[in-house]
Formats: sequence, structure tokens, C-alpha cells
Amino acid sequence: MKRHLISAADLSRADALLILDTAEELASLADRPIKKLPTLRGRTVVNLFYEDSTRTRISFEAAAKRLSADVINFSAKGSSVAKGESLKDTALTLEAMGADAVVIRHGASGAAHRLAGWVQGSVLNAGDGTHEHPTQALLDAFTIRRRLKGTGARGAALDGLRVTIVGDVLHSRVARSNVLLLSTLGAEVTLAAPPTLLPLAVGSWPCEVSYDLDSELPKSDVVMMLRVQQERMNAAYFPSVREYSRRYGLDAARMARLPGHAIVMHPGPMNRGVEIAAEVADSVRSTIVEQVANGVTTRMAALYLLLGGMEFPATEVAQ
Amino acid sequence: MCAASSPVAGRDGLAVLDAEQIRRALTRIAHEILERTHGGAGIILLGIPTRGVPLARRLAARIGEFERLDVPCGSLDVTMHRDDLRLHPARALGRTDLPPGGVDGMTVVLVDDVLYSGRTVRAALDALNDLGRPRAVQLAVLVDRGHRELPIRADYVGKNLPTSQREVVHVLLTEVDGQDGVTISGEGGRP
Repeated sequence: MKRHLISAADLSRADALLILDTAEELASLADRPIKKLPTLRGRTVVNLFYEDSTRTRISFEAAAKRLSADVINFSAKGSSVAKGESLKDTALTLEAMGADAVVIRHGASGAAHRLAGWVQGSVLNAGDGTHEHPTQALLDAFTIRRRLKGTGARGAALDGLRVTIVGDVLHSRVARSNVLLLSTLGAEVTLAAPPTLLPLAVGSWPCEVSYDLDSELPKSDVVMMLRVQQERMNAAYFPSVREYSRRYGLDAARMARLPGHAIVMHPGPMNRGVEIAAEVADSVRSTIVEQVANGVTTRMAALYLLLGGMEFPATEVAQ
Repeated sequence: MCAASSPVAGRDGLAVLDAEQIRRALTRIAHEILERTHGGAGIILLGIPTRGVPLARRLAARIGEFERLDVPCGSLDVTMHRDDLRLHPARALGRTDLPPGGVDGMTVVLVDDVLYSGRTVRAALDALNDLGRPRAVQLAVLVDRGHRELPIRADYVGKNLPTSQREVVHVLLTEVDGQDGVTISGEGGRP
């Protein structure tokens, strides 16, 4: 394992499987009377959130607390950031407070990478702009493995599974991290999206691309719907929400075209009625609630593997 | 956990127990457990990964043979409770697998291959504490090699093996290593 978790590309197949297998062991903790382990006692984890988030922040907080780490929550609103403090100065403040790990969510792609050059502790990327969100990809891979390979599938990868990621790939850090991680784990990933919502460099990604969702559905084991990110859209990417929904939204009729065992995923928050119909989101194929529970477990695994052992040798800190 | 073990290293060392002697030692321990627990009522065997787990299964099978008892048997991973976590890179976790009834009110017999510093057993006691409140906890080990660093002792011992701290004890079990045997490598032997 590397010292930081900034991109899903940092994870080798062995690293990814180690995280999934660790998460599988930690999942049993949820059924125990005491849902806490002493492993990270005395370590400090800072949640540094420059963008709004519900599930990711709470999930990281719960994960760190279940491992007995001390958690400091920082959100840009109501902090010195509002007075104009730079990311670097904030980072140096955290460094002085002795943070062993910093979990960062930031609107700028590459913020986590920059931060890793400024602090001694481990940096976990909880979403940077439209770049990456590696722990989301890990929890998605964990959810896929549990649903399609069973809960006892330790050591198993996702070889041969066909995953279709649908929708706003252009603005989605979830899509990029998932393409990288799922292909590392052996899955065949297809992106289904309108041409305007695909990044220019998509040809270099380890995946297939299709503009036609309906032809992909019958051969998919997993369909992952992405949120239409209205807040990042500053141009007309499709004629109307209604038209988008008709061509790329997952409704009951489309869901019926999926193979019997296939599952439907969504990283949340959902726009019900846009990319996913309410009846699909609430169906038995949907893993949306499981994804949230699995998020805590997977993030515990990542925190344990990054912070639980020997400290990584000090590397020189960039100026 | 205190004994490094690989089948290759095992073949180099001096054999201390062979398969037959391991079988007899486990048979004796099974009888002792039955005697000490008044017929084995309310006991549960928890093996400490890796090699404690097959040992616990073997003991459960023998107790089942002798008394027609169905003894619950599971595994207890202690990694997250170890006191030396920060001395090594983060380790992969072993399995914790409790029988359906849990440990509350039961007599838990912890089973491990080698008892050395006692630190693994200390971690196991802490791990057990988070899982429930057993009526009593006992410890069974195949080999006690001495050099305790904590006030911990075993209730059932397969073989007391006086060692030097520079020696390495290897326990090999068919389920994990493909053969049964206990060997000891000489001073300054393999790490």
C-alpha cells in the first residue's frame, strides 16, 4: 500500500483485494454488541471538507470513530477559509495540530495531491473536483462483490463481471475512480452516456464507450447510475432533463431488460425521476442503502491499512 | 503467532513432536478439558488464527467422540487488539467466526499453537471482552515454550518445551502446512 489514497490508480490488484478482504472482516463488527475496535487509539483523523457532503463525511467520521481514532471535523463554512485562508495555510495548521490522516473533499481537481505534498500524515481523497473519489469506488467494488459473489468471497476479484456506468461521466469523480478500480479488479466496464457528457480523453480509459443504454442493459451484471450534476453544468449538455431521462434514465421498463441477477447502484444523492425512477431506486435490485453501510466498513479498512501499522518513513515535504 | 513457521524451515529444525505425538497430546488435552469443565457443559472452543483454528476444530471433534457432545467451535482474530501493531506494516486480518450462540455465559477455551510471550493471549482476552461476557476463560496450547512477558499461563499444555529466546519453534499442521509436526531451529537459526 502507498502512504496516501488519492487515486484508484494508486491501488494494485493486491492492494484493492487486501482492502476488500479487510472490509469483509470488519463487516461483522456491525452485528456485535460493541461496534468499536481499539486499533487507532491516540491517532487523529481530520475531516477537511470544502464541499458539501452528507454521506461521505459522516461515513469517514463513523469509520474513524469505530477504530477509536480522534476525529476533528472541519468544514470550510464558518472557518478561516471564509476569511481567505489558503489550502496550504490550513494544511500547515492541521500539521501543527498533529493530524495522522487528513480526509479531504475539495472542489478543485488535484487538491488532495497538492495537500499530500504539504502534510506528513496520510491523505485520503474524499472527492476532488471532477477528478477522483477512490473510497467510493472501493465501497462500490465491495458492494458488487458481496451481492454477486456472496459475503464469504474473500480473495475473489471481479473478473468477467460486466459493469455499465450510465450518465454524467464528464463531471463524475465516481465514474473515473470506478473505471480505474473495477478494471484493476478484472471487471469489464462500459460507459453509457450522451457524447456531450463524456470527457475528451475517454478513449485512453480502460473501458468501452456506448451511446446506447438499451443495447448495454441485457448484458450487464451491474448498472451504476450517476447523478446529473446540475451544479457543475455551465453549458447545455443535453436539450432538456426530460429528454435525458427518456434516453438515459433507468425506469422500470429498462430495469426489466436486465438479467435476473443484475444489480442497480447509485452513489447518491439521487435525483429521483431524472437518472433513476423511484420504483427502481426502491426495488430489491437496488443496492443504494447497502452502499452507505458498506461505505463505513470500507473506509474503516482503508483507515486501518493506512494508519494501523508502522508509520510510513518520513519523506521530504514539498515547499 | 509467536512461532514463525514455514514448512521449509520446519524440515531444517530438530523434530520435537511428530504427528502421532501431536494426536496423543490433543487427545489428552480433550480429556483434561472434559474433566476440568465437568463433562464439557457450556464450553466453546475459540482458535486463534492461523494454527489455533484447526487445533480448536480437532479438539472439538475429539470431545465430540468421547462424550457425544456437539461442542461449538470458532475462531477469534486478535490482530486489531495487538500491542505491536505499530512495529510492523498493517497486517491482513484473520477471521473472527463466533458460533451462533455467542460467548455470553459460556466457558471459553482459547486455543493456540505456541504460548511464548503471552501477548497474543492478552490481545485475545481484550478481543473477547468486546464480544460478550464469558463465564470463564481458559487457555489450551500445543506447545508452551516459556519466556512469558505477562502474567499469563495455560490451563492445558500439549508439551512444555524449554527453549532459548534465540530459538524458533515451528508448528506444522496438515490443514495449513500439509503435514503435522513440531520442530525447533537452533540458536541463531532462521528469524
